[in-house]
Amino acid sequence: MARELSPRRRATLTTAAWTIGFLIFFPVLWTFLTSFKTEGEAIAIPPSFLFFDWTLENYSEVQERSNYLRHAMNSVIIAFGSTFLGLLVAIPAAWSMAFSPTKSTRGILMWMLSTKMLPPVGALVPIYLICRDLGLLDTRSALVVILMLMNLPIIVWMLFTYFREIPGDILEAARMDGASLRKEITYVLVPMAVPGIASTLLLNVILAWNEAFWTLNLTADDAAPLSAFIASYSSPEGLFWAKLSAASTLAIAPILVLGWFSQKQLVRGLTFGAVK
Amino acid sequence: MGIRSLSLAVGALLATTALASAETLTIATVNNGDMIRMQKLSDAFTSEHPDIDLEWVVLEENVLRQRVTTDIATKGGQYDIMTIGTYEVPIWANQDWLVALDDLGDDYDVEDLLPPIREGLSVDGTLYAAPFYGESSMVMYRTDLFDEAGIEMPDAPTWSFIADAARQLTDKENEQFGICLRGKAGWGENAAFLTATANSFGARWFDMDWQPQFDSPEWKETLQFYVDLMNDAGPPGASSNGFNENLALFQSGKCAMWIDATVAASFVTDPDESTVADSVGFALAPDTGKGKRGNWLWAWSLAVPAGSQNVDAAKTFIAWATSKDYLALVAENEGWASVPPGTRTSLYENEDYLKAAPFAQMTLDSIMSADPKNPAVEPVPYVGVQFVAIPEFQGLATAIGQQFSAALAGTTSVDQALTTAQQLSEREMRRGGYLN
Repeated sequence: MARELSPRRRATLTTAAWTIGFLIFFPVLWTFLTSFKTEGEAIAIPPSFLFFDWTLENYSEVQERSNYLRHAMNSVIIAFGSTFLGLLVAIPAAWSMAFSPTKSTRGILMWMLSTKMLPPVGALVPIYLICRDLGLLDTRSALVVILMLMNLPIIVWMLFTYFREIPGDILEAARMDGASLRKEITYVLVPMAVPGIASTLLLNVILAWNEAFWTLNLTADDAAPLSAFIASYSSPEGLFWAKLSAASTLAIAPILVLGWFSQKQLVRGLTFGAVK
Repeated sequence: MGIRSLSLAVGALLATTALASAETLTIATVNNGDMIRMQKLSDAFTSEHPDIDLEWVVLEENVLRQRVTTDIATKGGQYDIMTIGTYEVPIWANQDWLVALDDLGDDYDVEDLLPPIREGLSVDGTLYAAPFYGESSMVMYRTDLFDEAGIEMPDAPTWSFIADAARQLTDKENEQFGICLRGKAGWGENAAFLTATANSFGARWFDMDWQPQFDSPEWKETLQFYVDLMNDAGPPGASSNGFNENLALFQSGKCAMWIDATVAASFVTDPDESTVADSVGFALAPDTGKGKRGNWLWAWSLAVPAGSQNVDAAKTFIAWATSKDYLALVAENEGWASVPPGTRTSLYENEDYLKAAPFAQMTLDSIMSADPKNPAVEPVPYVGVQFVAIPEFQGLATAIGQQFSAALAGTTSVDQALTTAQQLSEREMRRGGYLN
């Protein structure tokens, strides 16, 4: 049961939480507001907060110049595809590490994590050449596989942490009842680890959605996701902040909605153990 | 099946094959007004050439550079036309990565291209990229503030005049700054500006033996002058200001002078965006009387990578997009002021254009006074005014730009910044095999 808080302390904590929340959310809100300004108002000093001539001009120009739906569809396929593929590989891997660890399990986990320490650009040329020779440049399948591999260490680590909290006795009981390995994972482990798997899934979808190195470097036109869509509105010589904000708002909207609706699941998965 | 229906089927099949064989050109380009306009007007090209489809990949300049460099270096063949600048052309052409553009058709009139631009895009006299728009740098200043203070800006000012005027026009309490200059670190940001400025102070990056020259008195004078001027008359936090930040400051009336790309002229004179649109004057970039001005030269250009499968169609498109007819097409649709500037002599002889663009003559004079083959007062072994056209330059100039930015922010001294710049460049030159 939660500890009793004095009303004053409660008010202070609530105010602090709202302030921090607002500060974190402010850049997104500002981007959203800027997307409805004209280019002149977007750079005005001092900036206007709410009282300006609201316009949808930037959205219509973005629609006219780019094929938003195609970029968004590519993002959905790449983000969800790589995450599902990653889960498919990571669930058995995390199972074996959590329930039948060997002497080298810890070492393997660390080694997997160490692959994240290489800056991606260090592997750009070899991967580009492999994709070129396999005819996979500018294809969604190449990105699904590469982003899956990029995020695999995180997926395995997260699942491993959740699985470890599931009592091995339950799985053993299933085994005593004659469940095969496949059944044990599918019917016992996975249902118990749903919150953990769901939060892993959501976090990895967000990571893959926001990925902007491989998605920019391995695509040209056909497979270009929303990261390329945003990059087409940024410019070091010219202030196109309103249009860039409109493009950014369109790019983050789907993931924001997804995060909003699944926040309960996400918070639960991140803060509680799998079976608590 | 009768003969008639058989022949119909064969005919239909052939027609489908013919349709399927329409060439698709993938064009990689940067996000700026002129390029976006080209994308919009490209229907005129496709209606003339129904057998060629166009696919556009628009990217931010630095993303595009990384993207196309990877592709061309690995012969990935993702693009048929690339938008590149005067920095890439000499390096890539020497690597045989670009298709020569010496046969763009009889109507192309290659002699009409402005000589400094054409020279910057040619290697051994052969054109490897066709200029889409060209730019230099110049002084943009507030005529109202100059009139009020009783100062008259000469057409070709000196650095000492600029410094005096900047200090006189500074009123920090009212957020009025005499001069706004680039301070943000980066090879295309402050390093470009200071390299061009250094040329006018008699400094250079390397001597004829590729020995770095940051320990020379000319570099010390350049950097000390810049830091002192910005401390006295520049806006606060100038070490993080690049083109866009200064543009926003100038457009909102905070700067009396701004020295930057000529392309900014069309922004600061646009009444929809700029609060000072009616009171902007232009002058040549300053000098110190040593024979070189501090202006740069850049041209966004279209080139065909050697890995392209559609070389002929790509050349056809480039010839269209960089032709005199294209300039006329833009003028017809959007007015003469929107025509991409700085590539053709004939444009600057066109009365309609000169009337519509008040900055036209100054842009032309700035471009014509830049000499990419002889950018510095003393001879140099490299090509490039605000850059050195060697592959090592991007990384090196960004590291050196960070030192210059730190000197401006006051976290290091001018002497220390130059000593580090000298060490960095000596190491890089030794590594690259330029020095023993």
